[in-house]
Amino acid sequence: MVSSDWELFEHGADIGVRGFGQTKDVAFEQAAMAMTAVITDPQKVAADVEVDISCEAPDDELLLVEWLNALVYEMATRHLLFGRFEVHTENGALHAKAWGEKVDRAKHEPAVEVKGATYTALKVRHDTSTWMAQCIVDV
Amino acid sequence: MDTNLLKRESEFAWRIEPHGNMHVPAIIYADQALIRDMDTKVYEQVTNVATLPGIVGASYAMPDAHWGYGFPIGGVAAFDADAGGVISAGGVGFDISCGVRTLHTGLTREDIEAAKTPLVEGLYYQIPVGVGSTGRIRLDERAMDAMLAGGARWAVEQGYGQVEDLDRTEEHGCMPGAMPQEVSDRAKKRQRDEMGTLGSGNHYLEVQHVAEIFDAEVAAAFAIQAGDIVVSIHCGSRGLGHQIGTEFLKKMAITARDHGITLPDRELACAPIESPVGKSYLGAMRAAMNCAMANRQIITHLTRQVFADILPRARLSLLYDVSHNTCKVEEHRIDGTRKRLFVHRKGATRAFGPKHSELPVALRQVGQPVLIGGSMGTGSYILVGTERGEQLSFSSSCHGAGRAMSRHQATRTWRGREVISELAGRGILIRSPSMRGVAEEAPGAYKDVSAVVDAAHDAGLSRKVARLEPIVCIKG
Repeated sequence: MVSSDWELFEHGADIGVRGFGQTKDVAFEQAAMAMTAVITDPQKVAADVEVDISCEAPDDELLLVEWLNALVYEMATRHLLFGRFEVHTENGALHAKAWGEKVDRAKHEPAVEVKGATYTALKVRHDTSTWMAQCIVDV
Repeated sequence: MDTNLLKRESEFAWRIEPHGNMHVPAIIYADQALIRDMDTKVYEQVTNVATLPGIVGASYAMPDAHWGYGFPIGGVAAFDADAGGVISAGGVGFDISCGVRTLHTGLTREDIEAAKTPLVEGLYYQIPVGVGSTGRIRLDERAMDAMLAGGARWAVEQGYGQVEDLDRTEEHGCMPGAMPQEVSDRAKKRQRDEMGTLGSGNHYLEVQHVAEIFDAEVAAAFAIQAGDIVVSIHCGSRGLGHQIGTEFLKKMAITARDHGITLPDRELACAPIESPVGKSYLGAMRAAMNCAMANRQIITHLTRQVFADILPRARLSLLYDVSHNTCKVEEHRIDGTRKRLFVHRKGATRAFGPKHSELPVALRQVGQPVLIGGSMGTGSYILVGTERGEQLSFSSSCHGAGRAMSRHQATRTWRGREVISELAGRGILIRSPSMRGVAEEAPGAYKDVSAVVDAAHDAGLSRKVARLEPIVCIKG
């Protein structure tokens, strides 16, 4: 397993996002990267704008959904896409910075809008070396 | 799905007897081929819904059912508030009041053949579509609340459309009991510049022709005949509905335990109808229903402007507007007595039969139009509600084809440009800001809508009236 990575996984009508990392924070960053990949190629997204995000939840899994939904909200209201993330979690609270740029339809060719992160196939797990964070997003 | 898990009640109805914590049986409507292809998750989800407090009758799945969030997509369930019944945000879905409306144009196929290209360009220019698109209407705080309270009626009052449109919209275009004050500032902010936008994913605007009539009498009452050109619009409550769905899913998941509800699946998050959270969601959801109906009304207005420019002879009048992600209060007969029930339809269309008092006078003798969207290459259907539907499924029918293939798999199978040129070869013009979006929505990624509609027809949920084929499609 590489130290940090993301992938998409199948779900009937929608799509799953999955992040891996040596820490929970990195796995959360990578899950966010996977969510960008649902919309566009993350490598096409420049880091022009910086957005601060904070949220909290009673457990790690609900925190992942809160984090992804906070990004969905920022993307929707500021018309942004994000390509870089820095996450710090502590005691059920998350503080993060996300970098991105305004949606440019010619450059990004966004395929689909993410409506929200869901509790379906929601898992935050770790073994001795790797954290994994995943859920289905509704598109 | 393994049919051994089910008891075949009739050729098109499959029953799951109550077991474990189920309060009522579950019934899936489908033919043998559809049920075999159906995801086993549908079995699990339709069974889980039957365990929710206050459910009456049965937990139903329509012929297009597939794996959803808590409820299956294609799920129908009714709850009795007096028996501790619940309301579920997952049972309505993220895209609250997503639906379809179909408009007559008064034109025939010959009338538009020469104007197809300017029409597709005009519609694509005028109607905001796809990720990051914004509408031309900006709502301040007061206007937002007025829209959330007034729905399509508000839109008509603002000059978007005609009073006659309202009679042909469920709830006459305005859902009573909406509470804009229960809609969060974040949800309102997400909607600020999204009024009159189509969205992305499976949402579309299509110009279609009536390819086939199955029931001449009902078609005459619907004022459609073979060769007619119609316009269908498929979209929902946009960012506002998505944000309300997200927020209440969380609230209901957290408060379920306080209400003594054990959830078999977190996505089934729900609250007693009479609880503060339940009442708050009901008010917010109804506001989102109004947002969706106002949105389709504004898009209708934009569509009329395009036709007025390009085909001034066209007269766009509304056939009907249905919503397929809702929870509505309706009266239904349970064990011989009429009861007021909260009917959830997640990816299912209301299908009132003849003589229902909710229907406009012109349609009351035949029943409610049931509008079923297919994929962009295949076709769509118009059906009509039946009297039997009330006993079978609280007057509900299917809502669409349903995906046969994931988005991921579709992008590995097709290229957007190839899909567009293949459809152009068949005379179907597509415009979309995203080639990947087109590939994800390729006709082959969807199940055969005809099989779903045939099963709904054969099961008696609704009856086939007409089949529509696309000519022009604007796609997010």
